[in-house]
Amino acid sequence: MSARDEILKALRAAAAAPAPLPDLARVKAVQYPDLPERFARSVIEVGGRCVLVEGPLEDALGAIPEYAAARKVVSLVPGVRKANVDLASVSDPHDLNDVDFCVLPAEVGVAESGACWIVQHGGPNRAAAFLTQHLAVVVRVDALVHNLHEAYARVAIPSPGFAMWLSGPSKTADIEQALVIGAHGARSCTVLVTS
Amino acid sequence: MSDHAARAAEFVADQSRMHWHDQAVWFIRSKRDVARSFVPEWEELRSLGSQIKAHTLSRLPDYLEEFEKNAVAAGARVHWARDADEHNRIVHGILRDHGVARLVKSKSMLTEECHLNEYLEEHGVEVVDTDLGERIVQFRREPPSHIVMPAIHLKKEEIGELFHHKLGTPVGLADPKQLAEAARGHLREKFLGAQAGLTGVNFAIASTGSVVVCTNEGNADLGTSLPPIHIACMGVEKIVPSPSELAVFLRLLARSATGQPITTYTSHFQGPRPGAEMHIVIVDHGRSRILAREEYRNSLKCIRCGACMNTCPVYRRSGGHSYGVTVAGPIGSVLAPHIDPKKHADLPFASSLCGSCTDVCPVRIDLHHQLLTWRGELASLGLVPLHKRVVSRVGAWLLARTWAYRIFGKLLRVFAPHIPNPWTRQRDLPPMPRESFRAQWRKRVRPR
Repeated sequence: MSARDEILKALRAAAAAPAPLPDLARVKAVQYPDLPERFARSVIEVGGRCVLVEGPLEDALGAIPEYAAARKVVSLVPGVRKANVDLASVSDPHDLNDVDFCVLPAEVGVAESGACWIVQHGGPNRAAAFLTQHLAVVVRVDALVHNLHEAYARVAIPSPGFAMWLSGPSKTADIEQALVIGAHGARSCTVLVTS
Repeated sequence: MSDHAARAAEFVADQSRMHWHDQAVWFIRSKRDVARSFVPEWEELRSLGSQIKAHTLSRLPDYLEEFEKNAVAAGARVHWARDADEHNRIVHGILRDHGVARLVKSKSMLTEECHLNEYLEEHGVEVVDTDLGERIVQFRREPPSHIVMPAIHLKKEEIGELFHHKLGTPVGLADPKQLAEAARGHLREKFLGAQAGLTGVNFAIASTGSVVVCTNEGNADLGTSLPPIHIACMGVEKIVPSPSELAVFLRLLARSATGQPITTYTSHFQGPRPGAEMHIVIVDHGRSRILAREEYRNSLKCIRCGACMNTCPVYRRSGGHSYGVTVAGPIGSVLAPHIDPKKHADLPFASSLCGSCTDVCPVRIDLHHQLLTWRGELASLGLVPLHKRVVSRVGAWLLARTWAYRIFGKLLRVFAPHIPNPWTRQRDLPPMPRESFRAQWRKRVRPR
């Protein structure tokens, strides 16, 4: 018998009496009266920066010092002026190792955690989000939700593909519990909430 | 072979270090309490998490088949391993077939459990653990002492000295920020040079065939977005039915683990990148045996947050290495005897049975009850040392006989302070009462 069949057989023999799947619709999950402000506070609490953008996006980006100083900029948001990498021409993700700044669109932002849902359909651009030194995430104010239950009701994982909740910059506390921002990935993460 | 008590004795010999460790770990428990306080529905979430896991465990084969079908449809290849050996052979086979000599890994307790690193190194593969804490303990050639914070037992000066030897940082450098920066540069090279990336799996979604990996550093993401091969290793119990249920566990996991509302990166991998390969290895390694044991089945609900360790008074004061297993603390003490009851017979006794682990567990595993159940089972297997058996027998005999209990109480009130007692090594015995509780009560109820 194959390992697969043997494992499934053993699990079938071992399984308990059926237990019902609980109804998650009855969860009364946390709601906030001030959704954008609460979202912004959560982003800051996870080590990020958050700007509620009123004017043009480019102005908000320009106010980020790391963007202003960046030489190599990748953007998956159209119309970013400093974007100078044509991802369609990149065949090897290793070529993105020297990206200074990356701008990513998010489909949903979650107020309870500051997490943003970022979908990547493939190609080498996935690596840009992790190799870049600094990140900006753009999310629309009407894409903000209170909690993760509402969030999963709105999103879909691409197949095949990749999606993630991103909350703040890369971090570690593995040396004596001291929080260090910028472990392997982005050293800063600015979330821009647009209307 | 030494037992937990002996290894713990070594750890507590350095008192100031023991107190430091105790405080460091308790700090994480306190952060969990703060995070929990911002979620009014927390207790309901714990119940839901427990019920979802109970449901999933009752239908595990069906969900695994559904997961496999969807993962394959997304382009992944699925492998099955009955035990650690088979798992290691499968992973090595994938690497060998692709001529991989350099592998980067993100955290996977399963591969620690299977001793994959040693196996691959014996076969000539360079294995680099990329989680900072894991890299530190890998440099030291020792296992992680905590499942979430692998190097929690080390001081920054020790890490500074290690990095001086391994990475050439200046002598005496002990600033966590600068040390982490040195590791960033070192590991970035390893990511760029890797030919394959291996990750653990926090959750596997049956309805979509995706695997979900949670990290704060982003190491799982770098390790899978650069090389052309991604290998994800998971135990059979990692299945969740659909993304709706995943929401419950993601809300519980990071808050319980580190007090964060969610990990920085919560990555959903559904099939390989274009032009790349994704392999998923599904491992039993004793889990079906645990599932068959009703009294221990709940331990398979574990989502590896480490909260039971952080709260455990024994773990905090004895350190993760004193357990001698990959997963330490209360959950490790419940799991390890399934693999080898004789070797790990000491672990269910490494607990005060205070129940704090059960109180913090995000999926409501009855940890301290399972520890007690194990003690009984180990005794019936004849695996409990003589002195423990004698004390238990005498205790049971005494407590069943009122007259004997009275006499024994009287004797103890007189002689207890003079009997050599290991309990008093680090504490003072409270003064003995002059009268028994029974006598005091009689006076209160019927005053003269």
